[in-house]
Amino acid sequence: MVDFGFSLSPSSRIDLDEFDRKTFDRLLALEPDAKKCMECGSCSAVCTASRYTETSVRRALHALRNGCGAQAVEELKGCQFCGKCTMVCPRGINTRHLILSILKIYGAL
Amino acid sequence: MKNNVLIIGGGPAGMEASAQLQRLGYNVILIERESTLGGHLNRWDRLFPEGVPASEPLEALMKNMNGVKCFTDTEIQSINRLDKSFNVILSNGITVLADAVLIACGFDLFDASRKEEYGYGIYDHVITNADLEAWFQSKSDDRIDNPKRVGFVHCVGSRDEKAGCRGCSKVCCVTAVKEACEIKEAFPDAQVYCFYMDLRMFGRHYEDLYLKAQKDYGVRFIRGRVSEVSENQDRSLLVKAEDTLSSKPVQITLDLLVLMAGMRHSEAGRRIADMLNLAPEDDGFFAVRNNLTANQQARMPGLFLAGAATGPKTLPESLADARSAAAAIDHYLTDIFPQTRKLKKLVKKNG
Repeated sequence: MVDFGFSLSPSSRIDLDEFDRKTFDRLLALEPDAKKCMECGSCSAVCTASRYTETSVRRALHALRNGCGAQAVEELKGCQFCGKCTMVCPRGINTRHLILSILKIYGAL
Repeated sequence: MKNNVLIIGGGPAGMEASAQLQRLGYNVILIERESTLGGHLNRWDRLFPEGVPASEPLEALMKNMNGVKCFTDTEIQSINRLDKSFNVILSNGITVLADAVLIACGFDLFDASRKEEYGYGIYDHVITNADLEAWFQSKSDDRIDNPKRVGFVHCVGSRDEKAGCRGCSKVCCVTAVKEACEIKEAFPDAQVYCFYMDLRMFGRHYEDLYLKAQKDYGVRFIRGRVSEVSENQDRSLLVKAEDTLSSKPVQITLDLLVLMAGMRHSEAGRRIADMLNLAPEDDGFFAVRNNLTANQQARMPGLFLAGAATGPKTLPESLADARSAAAAIDHYLTDIFPQTRKLKKLVKKNG
């Protein structure tokens, strides 16, 4: 291939037509409460890990809703499972358990 | 000596105010432009937040109309303020001398075809909230053909300064959530998406409905205004927006797109305002004497307002507003007409 000295950057667009519903439904079967998330950001605000790493439960769940599993796993890498996010979730989601399930289903554990 | 009260508009607000004033002993004349009473409520199938059939409150309102003189298919030809009353000529040739006038003209639905980028009236599968309610009632609309992917666009003709509607229409958020659930009930396999800017679940039980939409119906809420819609060769729709929560553009193919058209001031109401030389407020709706403390009084003695004539309202808000207007009219007539005052005292004394 000819080297033109530049490359094309990949599209950053979210294409919901490509959404992998099967995997997401597997997660929802395990974690039905994930559907209740209104992405308020309470979890990310109290997250101890987020002060030093790019960790955010809200962003992870949002990535999954957009069909971006790899990104979700990346967002949760810094999690120390302290459970602070579970304590503050206004909709009572067991986020700590949710994180475990996400990592299992999307292949990091 | 009964005072004449003329009520313009036979929607929920006009009907409720009529019933109240009738009970207070006034001679109530109600005029309605359409051939049936009920206004927009006639065009709803079920109501938010609990999904009660619209026919229920309609029947309840109708039941209390006994004794009210109703003229349907009738409009105002001219209206003049006299010394203490209004001289009103109706389109059916009747002249009414009214001691108080209540304008309950309601609202007009925003014309969704004005937002050309959404393709209403251009693409086959773009409909409005009103079209969808009509379909829930009749189950017949060629544009709704077993859709598998359905989208709702919030704020069409609301919070849109360029379209001349800066304000929020208040009820579309919860209506979209209600209709999203109903679409899921009608087509259980469908994926439903709501494109919103803010979700304004201000009313009692509204938040519960929102939670239900997420939890039980799996509706996906995407925070971002739809920027443009185009039609594919197979007549499906390519919808583009920004997912503002991840700051990324998002696109999706849909089989049906529902535009949540907002509330605009009533053009028929504007014609009456013009006859009386009343200037509207910036939002196009009727101006009130005081936005905090005198909401049902127009800026003219003897003239009152109820319901969506003074801005977007839900059904219970319109009804409460109508009751307040009826009380305000009662106070006004008792203050202005000595005979009404005397009659009231007499009734009080004799039980």
